[in-house]
Amino acid sequence: MSTDIKKLENIASQVRRDVVRMVHGCSSGHPGGSLGCADYFTALYFHVLKHDPAFNMDGKDEDLFFLSQGHISPVFYSVLARSGYFDVSELNTFRKINSRLQGHPTPHDDLPGVRIASGSLGQGLSVAIGAAQTKKLNEDKQLVFVLMGDGELQEGQVWEAAMYAAHHKVDNLIAAIDVNGQQIDGPTEQVMSLGSLKAKWEAFGWDVSEMNGNDMTDVVRGLELAKNKTNKSKPVMILMQTDMGFGVDFMMGTHKWHGVAPNDEQLEVALTQLEETLGDY
Amino acid sequence: MKKYTFTEKKDTRSGFGDGLAEAGKKNDRVVALCADLIGSLKMDAFKNEFPERFYQVGIAEANMIGLAAGMTIGGKIPFTGTFANFSTGRVYDQIRQSVAYSGKNVKICASHAGLTLGEDGATHQILEDLGLMKMLPGMTVINPCDYNQTKAATMAIADHEGPVYLRFGRPVVPVFTDPNQKFEIGKAWMVNEGKDVSIIATGHMVWEAILAGEKLAELGIDAEIINIHTIKPLDEEAILASVKKTGCVVTAEEHNRLGGLGDSVAQVLAKNLPTPQEYIAVDDSFGESGKPSDLMVKYGLTADDIVKAAQKVIKRK
Repeated sequence: MSTDIKKLENIASQVRRDVVRMVHGCSSGHPGGSLGCADYFTALYFHVLKHDPAFNMDGKDEDLFFLSQGHISPVFYSVLARSGYFDVSELNTFRKINSRLQGHPTPHDDLPGVRIASGSLGQGLSVAIGAAQTKKLNEDKQLVFVLMGDGELQEGQVWEAAMYAAHHKVDNLIAAIDVNGQQIDGPTEQVMSLGSLKAKWEAFGWDVSEMNGNDMTDVVRGLELAKNKTNKSKPVMILMQTDMGFGVDFMMGTHKWHGVAPNDEQLEVALTQLEETLGDY
Repeated sequence: MKKYTFTEKKDTRSGFGDGLAEAGKKNDRVVALCADLIGSLKMDAFKNEFPERFYQVGIAEANMIGLAAGMTIGGKIPFTGTFANFSTGRVYDQIRQSVAYSGKNVKICASHAGLTLGEDGATHQILEDLGLMKMLPGMTVINPCDYNQTKAATMAIADHEGPVYLRFGRPVVPVFTDPNQKFEIGKAWMVNEGKDVSIIATGHMVWEAILAGEKLAELGIDAEIINIHTIKPLDEEAILASVKKTGCVVTAEEHNRLGGLGDSVAQVLAKNLPTPQEYIAVDDSFGESGKPSDLMVKYGLTADDIVKAAQKVIKRK
């Protein structure tokens, strides 16, 4: 394993610690999807994105990231803090009164790193496509990334956006879907089956690839491959297989930890499974 | 009563179309999106002149609002165009989260508002849009009264930082405002000074208010007429100054009685200067198919209705 991968894995471990500590600290929030996506976020912010933690909203000549399933805000806030957008001590304010770290992310309180509010599902892809088209008008060569949940694909707006991006050849966009097969009421296959996502997105005119979202080597490979597929007249989609709750054994692979915080004992057990690599906030 | 005349009738949507093309010339940050209604919204001029800044979205309004919010990131000023119903009720959550709560500089431009859409009927005749939009924190809500004012408003909102809802319509109506007017967001326009009753009108109802003012003058009633083109932020000062003088008010709007201009005015008066008020508005119902002029009569939105309301409210002083 290369040192780069090892370094990213170390960061991801700390990010996962942040996630469980944040949701424990306010006795609410969404640990499951946050843990599952920790590797993607870490690879993105510490390896893939060209970005400036000094932050300005327009992000000219930077890569932009949009989180569509806003409920996994803990992982987003952790990577933003760990990469320097704001002090890690602010993670302690998550979901508490007078905090910039709202339950679902928003630029409303000027939190650096957040460019759009999300939480009501299905809207992030449209926003990302709009931002990508502005980059084209501005002759800005950097890319736009967006992450969606798989349950979120049940929202119709996603497919309006899917059709639009292909029609308008929005090829400076890399979308990813967190395919963890879980949503609040149970497995997606029981709640509302998604069918073949690959076939669906290909039929909509997207370039589709897959990666294992919980294997850092594969996440880095998958994201770099996706970058190579940009500027070829098609929007790019990564289907990212993850386990909800990845990294904490009792949270893994079940929808039951979608929106539930661990109690004191569960936190203790979880933290024994996640190495403190960068120092807790 | 000050005399108002007109030499032509035009639709306010054409004021939007011409204003958008002008705004596009003045500022290359202006972009436009349309959900399969280019002709209806009169967006052809902008599309033909600035094809690289025009986006056909298809019949997908939710996506259009999200795209527009995203386009602001990097400095564009997006104008979205579709019917008022599909600009508001259909996409309320998209506007709420991606535009208003996110503080994005999107201009939501809505044609065919109200009963005067006519024959298409209630599915398309939204009468709740002003209420929906004015409840969103940070949203500016504008409903101009004729072609010239709509054109001026369209250009003005391009220079205004922040989300705006701009409402206009389909029918041809008298063009009676100054073609070179300076449009000031949030500033009421004094149409006619009077002392007996304040008639506060928005959109297509402003011309009806002028006709009502002429009829009232014949009856010896001196009506003050105010055009509120900006429903939010509301020019409270102008309203209070007028009502202090007249002691009673009639509000007139092509909208549901609930949640529109009348309610905004009533709130200002209840807090500052409780005053008898009559509403000229649709009485909490849906519209229906018919000729616009017939519908305005049936739903009580004519100059004659304003005259009756004025006489009634004066007696309540």
